[in-house]
Amino acid sequence: MSVQKETVAHHDIGESPEGAQRAIARPAAPGAKTSVQTRHILFVALLALALFIPAFTKNFVVFQLTQTMVYAIAIVGLNLLTGFNGQFSLGHSAFYAVGAYTAAIMMEQMGVSYVWTLPAAGILCFILGFLFGLPALRLEGVYLALATFALAAATPQILKLSPLEQWTGGVQGIVITKPDAPFGLPLNQDQWLYYFTLIVGLILYLAARNLVTSRTGRALMAIRDNPIAARSMGVNTSLYKASAFGLSALYTGVAGALGAIIVQFVAPDSFTLTLSIGFLVGLVVGGVGWLPGALFGGAFLLFVPNIAENISKGLSGAVYGLLLILLIYVMPSGVAGFLQMIVSKARGGAK
Amino acid sequence: MSGASQNGAPLLEVRDVAVRFEGIVALDGVSFTLRKGQVLGLIGPNGAGKTTMFNCLSRLYTPTSGDVLFEGKSILGRPAHEMAAIGIGRTFQNVALFSRLTVRENVLIGGHSHTSSNFVGDSLRLPGSRHTESQLESTAQELIDYLDLNDVADRPVAGLPFGTQKRVELARALSARPKLLLLDEPAGGLNHDELHELGRLVRQIRDDRDVTVLLVEHHMGLVMSISDNVVALNFGKKIAEGPPDAVRKDPELIRAYLGGDAA
Repeated sequence: MSVQKETVAHHDIGESPEGAQRAIARPAAPGAKTSVQTRHILFVALLALALFIPAFTKNFVVFQLTQTMVYAIAIVGLNLLTGFNGQFSLGHSAFYAVGAYTAAIMMEQMGVSYVWTLPAAGILCFILGFLFGLPALRLEGVYLALATFALAAATPQILKLSPLEQWTGGVQGIVITKPDAPFGLPLNQDQWLYYFTLIVGLILYLAARNLVTSRTGRALMAIRDNPIAARSMGVNTSLYKASAFGLSALYTGVAGALGAIIVQFVAPDSFTLTLSIGFLVGLVVGGVGWLPGALFGGAFLLFVPNIAENISKGLSGAVYGLLLILLIYVMPSGVAGFLQMIVSKARGGAK
Repeated sequence: MSGASQNGAPLLEVRDVAVRFEGIVALDGVSFTLRKGQVLGLIGPNGAGKTTMFNCLSRLYTPTSGDVLFEGKSILGRPAHEMAAIGIGRTFQNVALFSRLTVRENVLIGGHSHTSSNFVGDSLRLPGSRHTESQLESTAQELIDYLDLNDVADRPVAGLPFGTQKRVELARALSARPKLLLLDEPAGGLNHDELHELGRLVRQIRDDRDVTVLLVEHHMGLVMSISDNVVALNFGKKIAEGPPDAVRKDPELIRAYLGGDAA
């Protein structure tokens, strides 16, 4: 039933830029399907590449790529909270720390296998994140940023407290034994951890992608775009916001546990505010609200400080800052926006 | 009550509702009844309390005293997010869409209240979640067809013309299958043709979809042409009630709109 023919016709004539845009958009519509196909092909190709990389590269590079994936998992977690639900956090280093210490304590003091530390870290961080999310419900924007900042500032000192020292190892931290590849697989430890992280990361990525294209994910985005309207549509905004905090913490906690296992060491000063800000930088570099961007963000987090140091040892911080500004200047909406622009230009050129 | 003999059962009963904000009386003992299948227009000059009443009905405000019954039960003990599920849907005065999402996604969110899923099921695409998704998608597509939104269905709403956004908002509200639809100044920002079309659309929605409509509106022409009953407010009080023709001639209303001794 076409109810509003007249109105639509009016707008097409009345608003010429709109009309023109629509005219361009229409022929591209059949291309939408091919772009989904292209994306699937790209995904499989990247996955194949990821599978073969360890066979050709040095152990140290394999380690670096593993660390990139670990950061990427944490950034996906932050993206679910900030990019999709609109809540800021400067406190994710705390959840990363809890995940890391969970893994370290379980492995070294309880003798639990590293595999089981991941779900434990995830569940613990979900609960902590959810609980932190409840009071955070009353806070918006910069105030929430401040509250989470407090969390990040407090964490390293809490980890150093002497009553907890028998568990946390105090300032010394905990050294972790690197796990071997299971089932007699012909892989060294670094290679195995690379594949292990790849599998965990893939599962978490796919789950996040499913979530954001589902009823729950749309409710999260609705809260981000207009909380009052979301409530009127029947979204229990408090429950969803607290759950989003929990879920985000879960991802970051699992990343922390993986990070501890691959680095073989946890200590309080690895989990300062700098790490939280790093996640935020990674999120913005990759693209807020675009999940695959996390990989670019993770790579930035790991490699750019090294590059800066290679350029100038004394001024590495300044060089890092300069590189960051350059990147934001060239890609104002992160890698996500940059790729989008290239794709749309390529499409325009093909026509 | 008025001479407009409507035979439907009462769907919404507003009983002696008062709202005070720190000394200001926004609503002062307003009562009216809305019967099933009616279109009721709530009118009044600026500051009369129309939007306050509206926010009480969608539970964004809690009245200081009085009660609001929906299908015979008080809604005042329920939180705002349960209104959609019990059958009260709404649109907003200046359009409150989810601006970064597409038209289709907006309409899909409209169906949130009468479906269920959770974080775990949705992350793992469990059968229950897939079923919910296909159910939501077919409802959304039906409404996109109904309100002629196919051309823009997969575009973000932010860039769409205002009139189109209003239709998206209607589609979103309807996808919750409301029994009562609250329309907050739907005519605002529309031109003459669009207004005419809107009036037709509201009545058509009422007839096709078995929806009772309460509309708050400034535009007298629209209210008078589509309402079965009109309630007029001024300074938080009900000053007139009845069928449009009777209310139009009400001296109190004329005084409220034209001021002073016009009557």
